[in-house]
Amino acid sequence: MSVDTSEVRRIAHLSRLAMNDDQARDFAGGLSDIFAFVEQLDGAAIDGVEPMAHPLDAEQRLRPDAVTESDRRETFQAIAPAVEGGLYLVPRVIE
Amino acid sequence: MAQETLSGWVRKLQAREVSSRELTQLYLDRIERLDPQLNSFITVTAEQALAQADAADARLAKGEQSPLLGVPIAQKDIFCTEGVRTSCGSRMLDPFVSPYNATVVERMSADGAVMLGKTNMDEFAMGSSNETSFFGPVRNPWDTERVPGGSSGGSAAAVGARLVPGATGTDTGGSIRQPAAFCGITGLKPTYGRVSRYGMIAFASSLDQGGPMAATAEDCGLMLNSMAGFDERDSTSVERPAEDFTAGLNQELKGLRIGLPTEFFGEAGLDERVRGVIDAAIEVLKGRGAEVREVALPNSHLSVPAYYVVAPAECSSNLARFDGVRYGYRCENPEDLMDLYTRSRGEGFGDEVKRRIMVGTYVLSAGYYDAYYLKAQKVRRIIADDFRCAFEDVDVLLAPTTPELPFALGAKADPVSMYLSDIYTIAANLAGLPAMSLPAGEIDGLPVGLQLIGNYFDEARLLGVAHQYQQETDWHARVPAAFA
Repeated sequence: MSVDTSEVRRIAHLSRLAMNDDQARDFAGGLSDIFAFVEQLDGAAIDGVEPMAHPLDAEQRLRPDAVTESDRRETFQAIAPAVEGGLYLVPRVIE
Repeated sequence: MAQETLSGWVRKLQAREVSSRELTQLYLDRIERLDPQLNSFITVTAEQALAQADAADARLAKGEQSPLLGVPIAQKDIFCTEGVRTSCGSRMLDPFVSPYNATVVERMSADGAVMLGKTNMDEFAMGSSNETSFFGPVRNPWDTERVPGGSSGGSAAAVGARLVPGATGTDTGGSIRQPAAFCGITGLKPTYGRVSRYGMIAFASSLDQGGPMAATAEDCGLMLNSMAGFDERDSTSVERPAEDFTAGLNQELKGLRIGLPTEFFGEAGLDERVRGVIDAAIEVLKGRGAEVREVALPNSHLSVPAYYVVAPAECSSNLARFDGVRYGYRCENPEDLMDLYTRSRGEGFGDEVKRRIMVGTYVLSAGYYDAYYLKAQKVRRIIADDFRCAFEDVDVLLAPTTPELPFALGAKADPVSMYLSDIYTIAANLAGLPAMSLPAGEIDGLPVGLQLIGNYFDEARLLGVAHQYQQETDWHARVPAAFA
């Protein structure tokens, strides 16, 4: 499978990656090669095979619904790019 | 002095023949003097290390016997370290000082290991050459024009050059074993779930596994004893009683059944000289009583394609957390929220990370899930089943770690050719099996790695086979001349 520049830009948008046309052109070749490479899976004999989610077929461990972590908001917000009054700041979303 | 192994230092520290402070200073001096040639460290934590060394010396003076007590080690910069920058080799996390420790860091530190610093790596562990690091490539100590392998290339080069006696790595598709092979050291990827992933920055969660990298199998066993163990904070951590991974070191090889997967020897691309080294290693093991037979892993040719669906899919989900809002890199003057997300990510991630995020986003996008991810997960099952069949007849599998010698910086410009350098390592990750690489020879002054793959939870046996091999050979003891 081959992807063109506009398809690369569409995937980049879904991935939330800023990308101009030049960059998209640079990625198109490599991405096309990778999609062509993984097409080898089409020949696999996998009829009736269960997909494998975990090598040991482990199941999700459950724990009691109780608080186990302490409040460390100040520590976590100390490494944020922009905070004010205990809130994370982002550009205005609602006009 | 610096040629001593990690286990050798443990004995000398316990016997009080050397202090942790002397040892820590010895290696800090080596890093300062020699690392400019390699770029194997992103951050050196000298002051903190000397404080940890003094604390270790105090514990040693009281007669404490904890195995890693006072031993200098390095952490791959993928493990979160409280109060110390944890960059994951990325501009995205260049400014990130972790507010907590990874379980691996916590465990090793409690056992008294002294952290000298954080090692360089491919960005977010995505790469096989250490060329994708935001902090510049690492160079191979055996030939600085060549790559050290990746993604744990900094750890491998640092141990290979004896800038530190042991370091941690992580292995999602070969990222411990391939750089271990390229730098002439021993490295082990444990069974999936052995070592906690808590605080180990996620790439592909169903494959990622941390493990030790050091000069010898014995060193790796001592490190794994500290690193491994159940952790309720990792949902895929396996609940098993603690185990001594050095317990099998002196097990004789008489009667050991070794399987040679024909597919790992017949495929085009295997350097004949590498094959020669592996053949010679097989003779050494036979000489110590092992029996060798061929086995089949008929679906192994599907490993790399399956991996490049599963790993990018999981990567695209995991790396969605980097949004420029809560921590890490944020672009200047965002116009609106979408601009904040896309430019922070567009400027914060390098090309290989973007490529994998895009592959993952595509294969998970509406209408494509069955054609890619589900199919790859089914292929994963048949690959794991091949191993199950093989382990009915043999105890361990033996193969080359890599098809070729360490390559030159810049030699693999297209992504797929780079991906194929992990052709012999990826299957063990897909199946979740333990596997290791150990030095088995030299060609034109460059090291060659031998790979051993074991059954689930059979790390002690793998380390035992490797240790027996290392009793008979001295490849693991060789150090590149420029760093001797």
